[in-house]
Formats: sequence, C-alpha cells, structure tokens
Amino acid sequence: MQPICEFDRLVPGRGVAALLADGSQVAVFRLFDDSLYAVSNEDPFMGANVISRGLVGDRGGEPVVVSPLLKQAFSLKTGVCLDDEAVALEVYAVEVVDGQIRVGAHSEAKAST
Amino acid sequence: MSKLVVIGDGMVGRRFLEAVTQRDPSWEVTVLCEEPRPAYDRVRLSAFFDGVSAEELSLASDLPGVEVRLGEAATEVDRAAKVVRSATGEYPYDKLVFATGSYAFVPPMEGKDLPGVFVYRTIEDLENIKAHAEGRRHGVVIGGGLLGLEAANALKLLGLETQIVEFAPWLMARQLDEAGGGILKQHIEKLGIGVDCSTGGTKIEAVDGRLRMDTNRDGVSYDTDLIIFAAGVRPRDQLARDCGIEVGERGGIITDLSCATSDPDVYAIGEVAAMEGMCYGLVAPGYAMAEVVADRLAGGEATFPGADMSTKLKLLGVDVAQFGAMEGPLSTTYLDPAHGTYAKLILSDDATTLLGGMLVGDAEPYPLLRASVGGKVPGKLADLLGGGEIEGALPDGAQVCSCNAVTKGEIMGAIHEGCHDVAELKTCTKAGTSCGSCIPMLKQLLAEGGVEVSKAVCEHFTQSRAELFDIVKVTGITTFSELITRYGTGSGCDLCKPAVASILASLSNGHILDGEQAALQDTNDHFLANMQRNGTYSVVPRIPGGEITPDKLIVIGEVAKEFDLYTKITGGQRIDMFGARVEDLPKIWRKLVDAGFESGHAYGKALRTVKSCVGTDWCRYGVQDSVKMAIDLELRYRGLRSPHKLKSAVSGCARECAEARGKDFGIIATEHGWNLYVGGNGGFTPRHADLLLSDVDSETLVRTIDRFLMFYISTADRLQRTSKWVESLEGGLDYLREVIVDDRLGICGELDALMAKHVENYADEWKGVIDDPEKLQRFVSFVNAPETPDPTIEFEEVRGQKFPAGTTERSQPVLLGTPVLRSSQGK
Repeated sequence: MQPICEFDRLVPGRGVAALLADGSQVAVFRLFDDSLYAVSNEDPFMGANVISRGLVGDRGGEPVVVSPLLKQAFSLKTGVCLDDEAVALEVYAVEVVDGQIRVGAHSEAKAST
Repeated sequence: MSKLVVIGDGMVGRRFLEAVTQRDPSWEVTVLCEEPRPAYDRVRLSAFFDGVSAEELSLASDLPGVEVRLGEAATEVDRAAKVVRSATGEYPYDKLVFATGSYAFVPPMEGKDLPGVFVYRTIEDLENIKAHAEGRRHGVVIGGGLLGLEAANALKLLGLETQIVEFAPWLMARQLDEAGGGILKQHIEKLGIGVDCSTGGTKIEAVDGRLRMDTNRDGVSYDTDLIIFAAGVRPRDQLARDCGIEVGERGGIITDLSCATSDPDVYAIGEVAAMEGMCYGLVAPGYAMAEVVADRLAGGEATFPGADMSTKLKLLGVDVAQFGAMEGPLSTTYLDPAHGTYAKLILSDDATTLLGGMLVGDAEPYPLLRASVGGKVPGKLADLLGGGEIEGALPDGAQVCSCNAVTKGEIMGAIHEGCHDVAELKTCTKAGTSCGSCIPMLKQLLAEGGVEVSKAVCEHFTQSRAELFDIVKVTGITTFSELITRYGTGSGCDLCKPAVASILASLSNGHILDGEQAALQDTNDHFLANMQRNGTYSVVPRIPGGEITPDKLIVIGEVAKEFDLYTKITGGQRIDMFGARVEDLPKIWRKLVDAGFESGHAYGKALRTVKSCVGTDWCRYGVQDSVKMAIDLELRYRGLRSPHKLKSAVSGCARECAEARGKDFGIIATEHGWNLYVGGNGGFTPRHADLLLSDVDSETLVRTIDRFLMFYISTADRLQRTSKWVESLEGGLDYLREVIVDDRLGICGELDALMAKHVENYADEWKGVIDDPEKLQRFVSFVNAPETPDPTIEFEEVRGQKFPAGTTERSQPVLLGTPVLRSSQGK
C-alpha cells in the first residue's frame, strides 16, 4: 500500500487523482458518509485520465462515479460500467491509516473482468 | 395542359392551391389577387398591432405550376368564351374557382366615407388605422361581435380610449345568450373599454377636426377621432352576379355539396360560397371546401362533410367559446359574477346527449365538450359547468381537432404507433396545428394512452426541477444533503446534483465552489472551464457585447502564447483558448483577471454571451445603440445560473446582423425603441424567437427580460431551453405576456426581487478562486505530486497550432476544389 495524502484533503462527495509508483493513475473518492473508493483514473471510452473529476452518487443504491466526458456510470465497488457491462475500471484497495489515505499498488479486481 | 384560374388569394384560396398542386400537379394555375400581397393569416390579423409583421402573417409559398398575379383584380368573367379578364390581361380557363371571400359591411350611413372612418378587413386597413391613430386619443368601434371586439382590442393596443357600439342588445349575439353577453361585457368594461348595446349609429359628421357620431338613442352621440365599422361581412359575389351565376337571396354564390355553382365548370369556396344557401364565415369550413374542390379536380367524388361552427377565442384576454347548438330542448347554466364566468350546456330532452353550449371567462372544458357534441354528456354536469375535475372518456369517433378533422380514434392510433408527445402528434396527425385549442385535449389523450410524462428529476427526487426550485426558495435550504434527506432518497447522482447546484446558484448562495456546493458541480463548473476530449480545458474570458480593446486582445494573445494554447474565435463573439492543463488554469486566470477579464461562464448552464452588431456608432443603418445595450445586458445577467445555457443578441436595426431571433432572448432596435423576442435557439432544432414586446423603452425592456429569465429559471425543467419552455406553457406566449407584463399571477414583484438579488450579489467566480488558497488546492493533476503534469496528455501540431495527439489523424483531410500548394524546398 502506498500513501497518497491526508484524508482531510478530500472534499466529501468528490475525488482526487494520484500518481502511483509504477506510473499508473488512480482516482480516489470520498463519499458523503466518509467511505473511500479507489478506481483507475483512465476513462476506458475516451482514453483520458479524468475519472477522478467525475460526479459521484448512486444508481439504485450502488455507489457510482460518472465519467465527466461521455457520462457513463461506473460502480465504485466493482468498477463495472453500468451502461456497458463489457467495460470496467480497475478497482484498488484503499485504507486510512493514521489519517493518511493509502492505496494498494495493484489492481485486485482485474482478474475478474 | 388544362388551365385553372383562381380568383382571390386568401386563406381558403391558398389552402386550395396547396391541395390541388399536391393531388394533381398537371393543372396550369393562374391566381388573380386584388390585394398587393399574397395570402396571409387573416384570423390572426390583429396580431399586426401586437408587432407581428405582415411578412410573419404571410401564408405564401412557391407552388409548382402556380402563377400568382398580385395587385391584379379580375374585372369580368366571360363564361361563353371561358376567359377571365382583368384591366391588363386575359386568362382562359377550363375550370374556374371563386375564392373572393368577403368585404366588410358598412351600413348606408351619412358620413361613412369621411376621413377617419375605417373598416377592419385587410392589412392595408390596419396600416391606415395605425397611421391615423398616431397622436389621437379616442376611437369608436361599431359592432360588438367577434370582429368588433378584435378591433376594440386593436385600438386599445394603439393607446386609444375605446368605445364599442353594438346594435344588438348584448355582445357577441351570434355566439352567446344574454347572460353570456352580460358577463363578457363585465370583463371588457373592466379593461377600460366602453360598451353601449342596443345602440346604432345614425350619422357621422366632421366637427372641429374630429368626428361626431349621432345614434338612435336620444341625446347619445360620440365625439371621437376614429371610427371603425366592424359590423359583419358580406360575400364578394358581384363578379359572379355580373356573369349570370346564381347567387343567394342574402348574397353568396350558390353551390351544391361539391362546391360546384350553377355553371359546372365554375366552383366557389370559402366565405363567398353559399353552400346549399348557407354562407360560412369561419376558416375551417372554407378549408374543407378547398379540399373538396381539389379532390373533384383530380377526378374524385368528395362532398362537403358539414361544418363545425364551434369557436373558442381569447378576446381581450377573456376566454369565449361556443360549440354545437345554441338552443335545444333542455339547458342548464352556471353563472358566477364574482369570478366572471358563465357556462351553459344544451342537452337532449332526456339530458343524456350533449347538443351544444357556451363558455365565458373560463373555457378550460371546451376541448372535451366540443368533442363530445352529439354524444354522451362527458361527466357530471356540476363539474362541467363549475370547473371541477372532469372525468369521462370520449368516444373514438369524437372529433378532437375540428380545424383538421382529426378524431380521437386517429389520435389514439398515432399514440399506439409510438407518438409520445404533443409535438409528435402534431406531425403525425396534423391535430393541433391550426388554432391549437385542442392541445390540452391532446395532452389528456396522451395520458389516457398510457404515455406518462414523468417530470421527476431522477431516481432520487420524485419532484420536478420547478418543484425543487420552489422548495429551496420557500424553505431556504442551502445544502444538497439537507434537501435530499428531507425531500429525496439515496445519495444523489449526476442528474440531481448539478440541477440542485444550479438552483442554489440561481438563488444567490455565494461562490459555487463554497463548502458542500463544490461537491455538486458538474466537472466543468467544478474547474470553471470546459473539459475537452483529452482531459485538458478550454478557457473563455467574458467579452461583453463582443467589444474589446486592442490591449485586452494582446493580453489574450500573450496568455495563449505563454501557455501554448490553441485559439479560436467563437460563435458568440469571443475567444476560446484550448488545451489548458488543469494545473495551469489558476496561472492563466491570474493573468487574465489582472488584465481586467472575468469568467465567461462558457462552462456553465448560465448566461453565455450577448452578441451585438456595430450599432449606431459606426453603422449607416443603425437606429439604436445596440453595442451599449448588449454590454449592459451581458453585465447585468453575467453569472446567472439557469436550467440550460442562455444566449442573447442585440441588433441595431431590422437588418438583424446580430441574429437576435436565434437567441433565448433577442433584441432588435426600432425607430421608437426596442422589440423583444424570446424563445429562440440554434442547435439541433433551430427556432426563431417570438415577439413578446414591441417599441418599448430601455427600462421596460430590461424589466421584462428580468422577469422572463427569472420566471424561466423558476419553472423550467432540467436542461429545458427557453424555446421548449415557452412551447410547454399552456397558453403559450400570450400567457407568458400576461404573467410577466400584466402580472396576472402577482409574482412580478418577487421575480424583480430575485433578479435584483442576483445583480447585487454577482462576483467574478475566477477571482474568487485565485484569491482563495483552499480552492486553488484542487487545481492539480495529482494530489500526491502537485508539481507533476499528467504525462499522458500529448499534443501535435496542425495548421500552426496544437491539437490533442492522435485525434487529427483519424479525420481525413477536407477535400476542396482548391489548388494544392506544393513546397519546392528540398527538391
């Protein structure tokens, strides 16, 4: 797990992008209930690294992030795109230790897609 | 080729030409038109005084094989030679159609030809009335029927004190009974128009540069400046009489049900025809006749289907409707003098079948009642009469749109075949495309057909945007979390969050990135710039009215150069800089703000630009200072958040160089002030804006735009442009005018206050960011590496500027027939 930033740096209901040691980019979201989610930052439809700037919310109770480019919704739990199930974001493990957000270095959900 | 001559180019004549060219294009058609202009919408003639131009009333269109000879009156029909003559030509025919319409009836009264005495029939009449009314103060209208009330309205619009004089004992005696006429009179007098019934003019004389009309009542005479005869019309049948075609006792060319006259090669249609002896003064039966003759000329066997004489009008803001029979075995009435409403239903003797009726003051049940004539009474009498909730289904055969003869069955069929809204029904069935009075009925039938039009914003809120706006306004809630906890479910989404963010911003709740509001903003609002396909942003500083100094132009150039931005002139008279990295946005804006620029809100559902032409300062033609007005308006409404983007333009003269009629609100200068148009847009479905006000001063203009915008912001759906919003208002533009000009709902004070609050609280959003370290924090590519730009963003150079890498190769070069310049270098 690598440290990203202070938990308090995140605005509830929004995300940030972080650059990982291997050069990959991760989007980390803090929801209104202070839960954290981390997914890959690259929009699989357009190829731009912008997922962290999407709006979060829920669809039928499932927490989602919506791509700011073409507005597809992705589950924050599984990474799967709710508008096209063949497409998914990678999901990263995320935790808070001593007020620091830490993200797993490698995707743990990739194998399932 | 067979020759067809049509005498007259009015509404019915024009409908006939369209029908005949469609069914049988082989006819060679000549139209002789006495008026100097082609067919226009005489039903809406009075709109001329509302500022609608003659061009806008025009019904003319180029039809193949049709020659229209304007200003050339037919003077003689020679049936033996089968030729029509005018002062200048001769037109042989195989078939001849009379569509000469009517003329205004003027009783034989002394003084009827004096200057200042007019009839109310053609655009020329209206132009003459308008010219004569200039600088005068009083007018008399003779006739209290439909036409008389229209004329009275016109005089009122021209600013004249107006008196109606009607010979019959009550107003609209042909459509209403005494009680209905009484209620109507009450409404009209409330508007400041005088009404004298049972009164007839006997003599007009010129006295001291004014007019005096004596009457049949002792001691009653009127001193006035202008008199309009609006006492009915008579068929223009003289030409037919002269050539020996049979005419009726009370005038009109006698026809059978195929519209043929006593000469089988000659037809008559519209108001000049006396079908089996009966003249029809409405346009719908005339249209039916036009279709009958077109069918006959194409070899068909059509006959006149009978006429629905029902009428529904809004006269001087008062609803009046009459349908079916005027009298019958049973009748039931409801009179409410307090609210000024009257309803009467005519029933069969067993009270089960509706035969007819009339409504004054409130015509809401009209579409249902009219469609039910001849069938079962569609509900409880008390509800029908007293304006209660009406339940009851129409039979399939009931005619819903009488103008275009569309039945309920046809409409339900169209709904089952996939029509989902009124617009689609209009296209598929033509219902609702003429007078529009059946549109509420269409909505009801859509609901009956199972088409549910949900106004819910999204799965988290069952309320419409307008309802949420009211909730926020009334409760004073300032956070999304409180709103969704109290009035919604779940945690929100990309639909409701920006909608609520916009509502909070419209109600002036501080900077859009303050506190929890930051979490609601769409990505563009969140970074106060427009995200492009590769994750970079475009930057658009405001350039009010499109006016910019050379120094400011240089600053934009310097900024673009320093940050290596692609630049393009936008359609809204400003400059867009593309390819800005998120971490560069604050640096770019620091320089722009220091040079005096503000956010252009190109990223927001907000006022974008107010374009202008060059106006009086430079242009030879300009009549008002359009640039100054555009700047004033843009500065007034800058930063105003709304359900969708707002665009505007100001043109300095009628040449309309700023394309104001393609805007949400457009202003065109006139000799006397400004015309205001609303509800236009470009985009996927372009629409010209409609005239809301004409010849108003700057103060009235701005006040009306304030109210228009705030009423729109308060009541529109999410992402509903003003054009769709205006169309969705029941009662349309007239209703809008009543609300924001006449203050019918009593909300203008509140709308004014909301706009005043917006103007007072405006602050530049970008300045608010660059002065706030906490807000600046988020403008980084990576939270853990704030100095590192996103390494995946790459550009390439095309046409001397940078573009996102990998996009340009996907598009093929544009092949034009221009010479290719080959470089000789290296050869």
